[in-house]
Amino acid sequence: MALYPSKFKNPLINWIDSRLPIVTLMHHEYIEFQMPRNINYLWAFGAIGMLLLMLMIGTGIMLAMQYTPNTGLAFASVEHIMRDVNFGWLLRYMHANAGAFFFLAIYVHIFRGLYYGSYQKPREMIWILGVLLYLLMMATGFLGYVLPWGQMSFWAATVITNLFSAFPVVGDPIVTWLWGGFSVDNPTLNRFFALHYLLPFVLLGVVILHVAALHITGSNNPLGIDIKGPQDSVPFHPYVTIKDIFAFCVYLILFSVFLFFMPNYMGHPDNYIPANPLVTPAHIVPEWYFLPWYAILRAIPDKLGGTLAMFAAVLVLFVLPWLDTSKVKSMVFKPLTRFCFWLFVADCIILGFCGANNPEGIWVIASRLGTLYYFGYFLVLLPLLGKIEQPKPLPASISESILKGGGSVHAHGATAQPMEKA
Amino acid sequence: MSTIAHPSGAGTAPGDGGGDASRRNFLYLATTAVGAAGVGALAWPFIDSMNPAADTLALASIEVDIASVKPGEQIVVTWQGKPVFIRHRTPDEIKAAESVKPEEMKDPQPDSARVQKPEWLILIGICTHLGCVPNFDGQNSSHLGQFNGWFCPCHGSQYDTSGRIRKGPAPKNLGVPKYAFLKDTVVKIG
Ligand code: HEM
Ligand code: FES
Repeated sequence: MALYPSKFKNPLINWIDSRLPIVTLMHHEYIEFQMPRNINYLWAFGAIGMLLLMLMIGTGIMLAMQYTPNTGLAFASVEHIMRDVNFGWLLRYMHANAGAFFFLAIYVHIFRGLYYGSYQKPREMIWILGVLLYLLMMATGFLGYVLPWGQMSFWAATVITNLFSAFPVVGDPIVTWLWGGFSVDNPTLNRFFALHYLLPFVLLGVVILHVAALHITGSNNPLGIDIKGPQDSVPFHPYVTIKDIFAFCVYLILFSVFLFFMPNYMGHPDNYIPANPLVTPAHIVPEWYFLPWYAILRAIPDKLGGTLAMFAAVLVLFVLPWLDTSKVKSMVFKPLTRFCFWLFVADCIILGFCGANNPEGIWVIASRLGTLYYFGYFLVLLPLLGKIEQPKPLPASISESILKGGGSVHAHGATAQPMEKA
Repeated sequence: MSTIAHPSGAGTAPGDGGGDASRRNFLYLATTAVGAAGVGALAWPFIDSMNPAADTLALASIEVDIASVKPGEQIVVTWQGKPVFIRHRTPDEIKAAESVKPEEMKDPQPDSARVQKPEWLILIGICTHLGCVPNFDGQNSSHLGQFNGWFCPCHGSQYDTSGRIRKGPAPKNLGVPKYAFLKDTVVKIG
């Protein structure tokens, strides 16, 4: 009858920990865990995502207590939340805006990974789980957007589910199955609500796996080189905890500007018109965080082709660790690749504008060129540049690099003490 | 499954390890097969429960009085939750629809195969691209598109006066529902 030899002094914590060493686990992963001492604020965005996921789940559960998933009642129940429920306006605006800020944080997080090569060996599994998380987020965001049952909700549901009708033979039965009928209707809304409630918890489960995989390899850093000894790292607490908390504050201030002063800025006025299956609004566009995908869908003038291109654009991310042939992770040392990376960032933003505008004239051309560069970056540039670009010499270690540049710390850096600059 | 991977368990007579291992492999395989069949059989009711329920399937048909629809006008009625266009075509529109050559069409179909009476064009009003409702706001509308039929606001598909796809991403012509004229002015859809 062996118990786990817990080292905690508090008798209650010790009693629990020796039977279920969860306190030891958390202590190991979030207090002692060694982080590279040179990480910058881009490393806070994973934690920001986690914070927003908690906020989404919290506000979502409160909303679900007031919301009715029925085509006859849904729109009115959201208005009831806005007008009658105590702080209902706050809960709903928080949920809607935090959804967008969740995507914003995750986009920064993804581009951080692309820039510093965090997807490369040995972190492929973390990356793959991350892409899976992004897919789950997109599904959750889409399902949630349908719930208020306004015009945009209804037509978003129609257009997105119809994507599956592009597949030959199985397409139409799949769409009927998704709808539970012959058009988007009450069965659709009802199941979308059930799934919108379920997926965030699946998301939470995958987040735990994502972090578990991260704690095997440890975090990457702006130099993309490994921790070589204690002089290269700092313990998670207090160095990273305090930095993350500061980042939370700044991000939440930005969030509050939207939440309290322009809560409908990112929404569409048409979604305050109840769903009408007989009239499609003149402009239907998805939420801003889906616009680049929408542009790729429309760039190909063929139904199946457009759908496949859009799915491929997301799925190509899964195999990225094997497309990039470079041995050096961080783009700090690869000027040519870095230039292509920034072009890629610009490309994604341009595709976003293409998605927001009517597919006419210049926008058609821009979205085709944008789509070409999107795939070219992953399928041609990264495989080729990794082979031909000669990276600049890497520093011998993290500490050597930052102590030389920083100047303010004495050079014989043993393990960082709390008083030292990290 | 490799036989070497399974040491013979306790209680087996020494010497018959080979026969024992293959018997055990058979048991593993049989158990897995029964388990998989069971899970598969149970999965189907779960999946099928999401398909249209009996009340949704009970196809309602509707009867529509079309006496008041003047030439050049269209009404939209709901059938099975979907919009159905009933358009009273003008002689010009009929002529335009009949004179299109097959090579000008993406999904070639003669106009005669799409109507029972040339003046009445009855269509399922759902764009075959991604399901929006194409616009038709009368002859003077700016939304008509260059083929004088319908224009889909979502991704710009254009349909002609027979509801055939002529331009844009939609792959097929607008669908024609099952219908019958009960009287000259009453049509039954479904
Ligand atoms: C990954 C996390 C989540 C995301 C990205 C997300 C996203 C969204 C979005 C975009 C909307 C539409 C907002 C609007 O325009 O009104 C929405 C609505 C809603 N969500 Fe979520 N959600 C998440 C988690 C949750 C959870 C965990 C619950 C419940 C347990 C929930 C319950 C609801 C309800 C009841 C609505 C309808 C009320 C409304 O429209 O504000 N959500 N969600
Ligand atoms: S839904 Fe009509 S063009 Fe896309």
